Amino acid sequence: MARTYRVTTRTRAGQITGLFALALVALGVVLPAFVPRGVILDLFFILTMLTLAQLWNLLAGYGGLVSVGQQAFVGIGAYAMFAAVILWGMNPVPAILVGGGVAVLLAVPSAFFAFRLQGAYFAIGTWVVAEITRLSIAQWKALGGGTGTSLPREATGNIMGVDLVRSLFGVREAAARDILAYWLALALAVVTIGAIYMLLRNRLGLALAAVRDNTEAARSVGVDAGRLKWVVYLLTALGTGLTGALIHLQTARISPDAAFSVTNWTAYVIFIVVIGGIGTIEGPILGVLVFFALQTLLADYGTWYLLALGLIGIAVMLFAPRGLWGLISARTGIHLFPVQRRLLGQDQLKGD
Amino acid sequence: MIWIDTLVQGILLGGLYALFAAGLSLMFGIMRLVNLAHGDLIVLAAYLLLVLVTMTGMHPFVAVLIAAPVMFAIGWGLQRVVLNRTLGKDILPPLLVTFGLSVVLQNALLEGFTADSRRIPAGPLETASLDLGVVTVGVMPLLTFLTAVGVIIGLNQIFYRTALGRAFRATSDDPVTASLMGINPGRVFAVATGLAMVVVTIAALYLGMRSNFDPSIGPARLIYAFEAVIIGGLGSLWGTLAGGVIIGVAQTFGAAINPEWQILAGHIAFVVVLLIRPRGLFPRAND
Repeated sequence: MARTYRVTTRTRAGQITGLFALALVALGVVLPAFVPRGVILDLFFILTMLTLAQLWNLLAGYGGLVSVGQQAFVGIGAYAMFAAVILWGMNPVPAILVGGGVAVLLAVPSAFFAFRLQGAYFAIGTWVVAEITRLSIAQWKALGGGTGTSLPREATGNIMGVDLVRSLFGVREAAARDILAYWLALALAVVTIGAIYMLLRNRLGLALAAVRDNTEAARSVGVDAGRLKWVVYLLTALGTGLTGALIHLQTARISPDAAFSVTNWTAYVIFIVVIGGIGTIEGPILGVLVFFALQTLLADYGTWYLLALGLIGIAVMLFAPRGLWGLISARTGIHLFPVQRRLLGQDQLKGD
Repeated sequence: MIWIDTLVQGILLGGLYALFAAGLSLMFGIMRLVNLAHGDLIVLAAYLLLVLVTMTGMHPFVAVLIAAPVMFAIGWGLQRVVLNRTLGKDILPPLLVTFGLSVVLQNALLEGFTADSRRIPAGPLETASLDLGVVTVGVMPLLTFLTAVGVIIGLNQIFYRTALGRAFRATSDDPVTASLMGINPGRVFAVATGLAMVVVTIAALYLGMRSNFDPSIGPARLIYAFEAVIIGGLGSLWGTLAGGVIIGVAQTFGAAINPEWQILAGHIAFVVVLLIRPRGLFPRAND
């Protein structure tokens, strides 16, 4: 009998992670019944930053597209959501989808422009696109121009699903809004991580890794590198736009400077990914926890906190370029989200 | 008539942007290092000048002579200790490290000098103007432009007339072969960054005398500087001046139409130039 082989990405650690993640998500769903509102707000922050970090990691860590202009999609997603609510009278929750859609619409022309630029030029190009978007939006008087605006009372008082949450937990309307936003953030984070994981495990992920490691070699075996860049860029814009809309649904207030903030939506996100470990799914998860811990510990020290964050980011990049997870993974060989392909022979298959 | 005036003001403003950009162009041209902290280093130098001027009462143009060597040393050390470690085929480490540096500098300056707007006092020079017949120009903008031209001539002289310049060009073209010829790329890069910081000090002088500054304005200057470098084309210092002028003229014309469009017009000019010529106007190198 001919020996049969199989290529697999499955590992025991991966399966355990899967079960653990399911349990964690289930816990996350019922959590609002047990914890105070402050914890829900913290978790909302962690989950949305995690989603942004995973998306930037997909773009830069896997796709090799180092953008410093992701705030363009956070901002445009948020503004599109506000426009849909204020100008067209949509309910805020479905309006989040409008935010994601408009972010993709912005991503198409900005990709046409930015993909003409290589490496560092690309980074600056994306930043300029974000600035152009911010300055243009600041001219939009119907949404408050440069000073911004708030979601009207009728809209925030009538968000789809809030009544259900109120009756479920017996909380006041503002708290119910936060719980709803938290659930949406949880769903978005789970879907984003799940989608990225799936993406990396199938053909597209293999092609991405090939292009990242050696573009010419990848091209020579028939990988369409240009198309891959487009797919990754548009998917990232979609997710980033949705997250931006959700973040501003929770705050119910928007201004060009906050929605297009390079510090909040790009600098923090880059530090999360770099400190945790770029090019892994585990990295941003670990990174966002470290980021949140630092923020909580140093919250009273204002600027010192950012200073420390910058120094830690530099130190990690210089001395542990694969981040904290890279250190752990190199020591123990554990991959919680295995995406490596391993060739299994027949004997190993039996024991599998 | 008003349009000629706008054009002249734009060209002179371009001189300021070219000054911001010259140091960046130098580092980028020699070691392909994208320094995202460049704008914040300009602000740092501006505060250094401010401290010298207010503490000793000396004229800002004299203070530059003291600040420039200090900034050279800072640049030299920064390159030797930190930035040389990030250079390589991967563009991510230098981008992220200088990005981190930018955040560190901004917040350190905020801690040291608060968020108040400051200005380097320059005496009667601030308001002096010169009647050129067709247009009247401020002495300060004119001086800025002439300094930019002077800096670029000076850098080109170093590049093409000295042994140091030869080492710069050789290391830029091929660091491995250059090191076979007895050049230590790490040292050459450190001198290059030091030199870039001298240019940064001169840029900071005009930034600080012409307008108010605070710790947070670095990134905006960085964008103008980058736009000038990219429009001009990699490694061409005259191209950088041309790029600065294009951004400056676009900004003044934008502002003439609607004051809110000043910055936007500059960015749009950048995008338009790159859509037509993706490698800039005068690209020298092939990468």
